[in-house]
Amino acid sequence: MRRGASWFNVTSITLGFAFLYLPIVLLVIYSFNASKLVTVWGGFSTKWYVSLLTNQGLLDAAWVTIRVALLSATLATVLGTLAAIALVRFGRFPGGTLFSGMVYAPLVMPEVITGLAMLLLFVAIGFARGFWTLTLAHITFSMCFVAVVVQSRLVTFDRSLEEAALDLGCPPFRTFFTITLPLILPAVVAGWMLAFTLSLDDLVISSFTTGPGATTLPMKIYSQVRLGVTPEINAICTILIAIVATGVIIASIVTKRREVERQRAERLAIQGV
Amino acid sequence: MAGKSLSTGKSLGPIRRAFAPWNDPAAKPFIQFQNVTKSFGDFTAVDDLSLNIYEREFFALLGPSGCGKTTLMRMIAGFEEPTSGHVMLDGQDLVGVPPYRRPTNMMFQSYALFPHMNVWDNIAFGLKQDGMPKADIATRVDEMLALVKLEKFAKRKPHQLSGGQKQRVALARSLAKKPKVLLLDEPLGALDKKLREETQFELIDLQVKLGMTFVIVTHDQEEAMTVADRIAVMDQGKIVQIATPAEIYEQPNSRYVADFIGDINLLEGHISSTEGGVTTLDCDGTGAKVQVNQDGGAKLGDRAWFAVRPEKVAISLSPPVDPSVNAVTGEVWDIAYLGDVSIYHVRLATGATVKATITNTTRLVERPITWDDKVWLTWSGDGGVVLTR
Amino acid sequence: MALTNSSSGHSRLRWLVVAIPYLWLILLFLAPFLIVVKISLSATAIAMPPYQPALDFSAGLGVLWQQLKELSFDNYVFLTEDALYWESYLSSLKIALISTFLILIIGYPIAYGMARARKEWRTTLLMLVILPFWTSFLIRVYAWIGILKPEGLLNQLLLSVGVISEPLNIMPSTLAVYIGIVYSYLPFMILPLYATLEKLDETLLEAAADLGCPPIQAFWKITFPLSLPGVIAGCFLVFIPAVGEFVIPDLLGGSDTLMIGKTLWAEFFSNRDWPVSSAVAVVLLAILVIPIMLFQNAQKKASE
Repeated sequence: MRRGASWFNVTSITLGFAFLYLPIVLLVIYSFNASKLVTVWGGFSTKWYVSLLTNQGLLDAAWVTIRVALLSATLATVLGTLAAIALVRFGRFPGGTLFSGMVYAPLVMPEVITGLAMLLLFVAIGFARGFWTLTLAHITFSMCFVAVVVQSRLVTFDRSLEEAALDLGCPPFRTFFTITLPLILPAVVAGWMLAFTLSLDDLVISSFTTGPGATTLPMKIYSQVRLGVTPEINAICTILIAIVATGVIIASIVTKRREVERQRAERLAIQGV
Repeated sequence: MAGKSLSTGKSLGPIRRAFAPWNDPAAKPFIQFQNVTKSFGDFTAVDDLSLNIYEREFFALLGPSGCGKTTLMRMIAGFEEPTSGHVMLDGQDLVGVPPYRRPTNMMFQSYALFPHMNVWDNIAFGLKQDGMPKADIATRVDEMLALVKLEKFAKRKPHQLSGGQKQRVALARSLAKKPKVLLLDEPLGALDKKLREETQFELIDLQVKLGMTFVIVTHDQEEAMTVADRIAVMDQGKIVQIATPAEIYEQPNSRYVADFIGDINLLEGHISSTEGGVTTLDCDGTGAKVQVNQDGGAKLGDRAWFAVRPEKVAISLSPPVDPSVNAVTGEVWDIAYLGDVSIYHVRLATGATVKATITNTTRLVERPITWDDKVWLTWSGDGGVVLTR
Repeated sequence: MALTNSSSGHSRLRWLVVAIPYLWLILLFLAPFLIVVKISLSATAIAMPPYQPALDFSAGLGVLWQQLKELSFDNYVFLTEDALYWESYLSSLKIALISTFLILIIGYPIAYGMARARKEWRTTLLMLVILPFWTSFLIRVYAWIGILKPEGLLNQLLLSVGVISEPLNIMPSTLAVYIGIVYSYLPFMILPLYATLEKLDETLLEAAADLGCPPIQAFWKITFPLSLPGVIAGCFLVFIPAVGEFVIPDLLGGSDTLMIGKTLWAEFFSNRDWPVSSAVAVVLLAILVIPIMLFQNAQKKASE
């Protein structure tokens, strides 16, 4: 059993990735279709992208979506990071089991339940539904994803680094900001990105918790999809995919380059250069 | 700093030989543990322990993992608070003082160098916490870099350093604040054997030169014996013996200490006489008599063990003048040739094995004593000790 | 070992770190569920909000007992009377179970292949699995509509090759729902599987081979048992949300595809019957509470 290419592994990876990517690739290709019939190729055209720019309803929805995503991702990152610290560092406190339960449950909770529950809360306390209820709902479910990402970094964090800082006279609060936070920052940023895309993508919870004047892009896309497939939706989907893919690819290239540099430096250090 | 001594010319002999504040009843202890107990749930890591460490002492806490030595050190640093009892430093009670306000610094086993700061910033970190003026920080950091001979590496990040260099940065960082006590947690564990031995001597030089109190935690008995003025051997949260390295080796107070440090032969029996500064032990089975120049420590009729180091046992093919005292006989069971010495494993009639170490002073062509030979093992009245626990 | 410290500023800070997210989750995650339970016990009304309040705590504790007696379980009784509901539950569980199994079979070889790939390839492959996960769920389901619908790309391809003479009715149908679920949830299975398989110590397989165990047997005796934590995590991550899935059955499924998420949505948005949809949610949660708790235990163990 040597690592490397065996026909079985190559085949399963190739087929697997073809399955994962083919639908997306086709969707992107057909967004450049001149024909109004999405599935009949009528030549290359970018006219659907142009028509998007004049679709005020879509543009408004996009603006709402981005504002909600930015705000909720940022707050979810703060709350999720706190939750992760609480989980990893203060494991045993009264109600700790309930707390960890509430952090992990939203990861798998069917969205229809979460959405319904939040809506009923907002109705019960008489909170007018709209932008703010949407944001609160998004913060709540995405903070749990942030918590899990940051937690997995904190678990492997070398505690003696913090102890060293304390030992050298740095109080706990300052130690967190000068030592802990800079070192877990990649995980916190990853958590933010995850929260941002989760918010950007969410349809079900948004549909429950939103109100007049706060229609998000997924809701807009969903209502149009129900009416049928149009090249315009292909175009907007392509744009969304492009944005997310660019972000993720840049992030992973940066991490990889940093890792390679680090390994090179370590090799040099061992050789005593 | 490899290879070269830090001190100039003179040997450390006069300083180290004269230093024994623990024998001086007027000396004031610098670090004091008073009836300290530390429990983690059901587990008692440190059990009603009292201990004095003196200023300028190089003190070693030695024991197997889980014996409480690390917990003891972490209570000086402030990472653990005693469940009961007091920890005093220079007359001040440390209990309740958080680690960042204690005048102690620690060198961590993992070095704990901040990976996102370069060598210079790592060393300056503690000084910045005190709000020291920038110019003074720069002077002090450069001084520390010179001390550990890392001036050229100031701008490097920790991952760009070799293991030995990291160790020196960690040392410089913990010394930069001129702590009252330097705590060293298994400081050389990550280095290879050769570098470790060199660094041990450098640590001694440094400690004498700076005139600081060092407390080292280690599980390596050779390391403790090399560097320390005194060693505390610990077992299950208690100190079994505190003494100088030579005393620990030559006069262990228990089978645990004798066994933990170096190699030991134990012969079990009962005390048959304690007269005239000589303790006599009648061995079980063989009936051999052991007479040791030892006053006290054992009472008539006690169960006791005679403990003797293999290098203090002589081996011979012919019986001694008086085979009834301080001698046993048996057959050579096995021989381990280690180059500088050979260790003979001799099986007695009772089935017990006694080891004798012989220095190979001449080039070995043919062994005078070999497998299955019937031999006599003898020792002098000062060769070993009689232990009752 | 906890960092015990008696300085009061620090302990106040510690308290805040726990309290802020804790209170947030109690107010916005736990409390809503209690409200769902409460509303599921109240009667339907044609009003806004469309239910009659039950358990009005503002009336004081004396009245509370009276109100407790008036709680109506009618909504739950109603769920048992109409076949639509229990058929939806059963069908959801069946679809989720079969999908989970299919995803495990498809995902395992992919994760295995990735873990056995050359080291410099592994991060890239991992990123390629994560990438679709970052793109919108809705978009990924939408992409399949263009492929599966009667005049879609799959039928066009099959017709032009001549495999079929009539377009297949893949969508809308339950088959399309399976395809959609398998496609959308595949990364959730691959990631935990890859994580455990990648950590697997290769010398174990060498040891097995050395002791005379052929590769296929070594897989079943060594690799698979050791990858079980990943298998379990992946199955939970797929199964639990799939039971309550709404978007996939709604967009890809036919009118005969019953899934409880779809039923709940219709009950809420079309029938505007909030108490019944709350009851549907409570029962769904009750069904899922055991797998959710098992999942949490596994998570907790993995993080320790």
